[in-house]
Amino acid sequence: MYKARLFASKHARAYEAMYNASSPIILASLRLVQKLTKGKLDKPITWAEKKIKGFLFDCQMCGNCILSTTGMTCPMNCPKTLRNGPCGGVRANGNCEVKPEMKCVWVEAWRGSREMKHNHKIQEIQFAVNHEHKGSSAWIRLANEDVKAK
Amino acid sequence: MVSDESIKINPEYVYHPGNPLPEIEGHVSRGRFERVLKRGEFAVTTELAPPDSADRTEVFHEAAMFDHVVDAINATDGSGANCHMSSVVVCALLAHIGYSPILQISCRDKNRIAIQGDILGAAALGIGNVLALTGDDVSAGDQPEAKRVFDLDSISLLSTIIKMRDESVLLSGRKLTEPPKMFAGSTINPFVPPFKSRVLQMEKKIDAGAQFIQTQYCFDMPMLKAFMSEAVDKGLTERAFILPGVGTLASARTAKWMRSNVPGVHIPDSVIKRLEGAENQKKEGQKICVELMQQVKELEGVSGVHVMAYKQEQYVAEMVKDSGVLGDRKPWAPKNEY
Ligand code: SF4
Repeated sequence: MYKARLFASKHARAYEAMYNASSPIILASLRLVQKLTKGKLDKPITWAEKKIKGFLFDCQMCGNCILSTTGMTCPMNCPKTLRNGPCGGVRANGNCEVKPEMKCVWVEAWRGSREMKHNHKIQEIQFAVNHEHKGSSAWIRLANEDVKAK
Repeated sequence: MVSDESIKINPEYVYHPGNPLPEIEGHVSRGRFERVLKRGEFAVTTELAPPDSADRTEVFHEAAMFDHVVDAINATDGSGANCHMSSVVVCALLAHIGYSPILQISCRDKNRIAIQGDILGAAALGIGNVLALTGDDVSAGDQPEAKRVFDLDSISLLSTIIKMRDESVLLSGRKLTEPPKMFAGSTINPFVPPFKSRVLQMEKKIDAGAQFIQTQYCFDMPMLKAFMSEAVDKGLTERAFILPGVGTLASARTAKWMRSNVPGVHIPDSVIKRLEGAENQKKEGQKICVELMQQVKELEGVSGVHVMAYKQEQYVAEMVKDSGVLGDRKPWAPKNEY
């Protein structure tokens, strides 16, 4: 939802705090679920992630989530799917080169990141999306990586 | 139009593609552009618009207009999302007669598999410089129905080039028997929002491996000044060569058209007023460009200037000479009496 997405970048500080507080809990429970069910619940978990992040951030389920580094703004809403900052075509009013009616995703991301505590994270170099992960749950992958690592 | 016979190509260059210059310790490429910059000269680069043609003499003809006034020539890659002759091929043609071309690679049209192949091929053909760009969206061009690719973004593209060059591997990890030795750069547009992020964006590109930066058209000196002074404060001008972009406007009408139709072009009202008030708008546009070049040279931290004169290429030589930015230096050009 566009409105919810704008709200998230405006309140990125609060979202960041929520995200940082809730993600260890979500991950811990997912790890447990993964251990117990061995992936049998992957489908409903993916569905839930899609619904929740879809509502909050217009999440596109790229499967390579970097929300916490991009001012709580999903970069996959950029028509050029840029993941390392804005293109050179941003309009003078801050709207997108490609979709003039939409705020540039990176103008939002920048605003959000200035609100955040870990605002240097936007400077981390993000390599291009791994398209093999498209449509899959970033939560499950993180949980599985943890389970495997142990 | 120059006929093919009048352009004699030194057979040595054809059989040994690339700038036949010896390697220098600490230089990544064997090209002239890197040498000029590292010697601390004020460099001048320009842009060649690849023709809508399958005739290579058109490329030579256009390049010859820049003889003795530029150190390197960018070949644009489907600029404005319009199809023209391939930038790799244009650069190869130029490299074969000894020019120092800068290969522009846009992320719009090719995925990572195609781009890595192009980088290897370009280096094999003697192209020593590469410029990583995001690229205008397909909707800006005359085939808006095309699929936009954007598999990589400009920073991922820079990381790819650097990995191939410095680690001698493809992204997959597969080994290269010979890495592409290319001087790598990228672009920045300091004149559009989010303004405060632009210096950091440039820093990110330098972190990713950009050794030189060319900027979007500057028509707003105070904005460029603010940008450059922040770049100097952050030490970025010690880590990369920065070449602000300047351009010439044919008339107040073109200027107005550009600012509303070309993505990312910022032209202040004062510039448009000045053009409107001039008797000869075209001459005034060139005068503005010359003044901008001179002002760029005075800025702290700049290493050169990038002159863009789309459809006005024939005036570049005169403008560079008028500006005096080269001092008494005369950049290399092929001798026509090979
Ligand atoms: S203007 Fe912003 S949202 Fe639009 S394509 Fe460029 S970076 Fe993406």
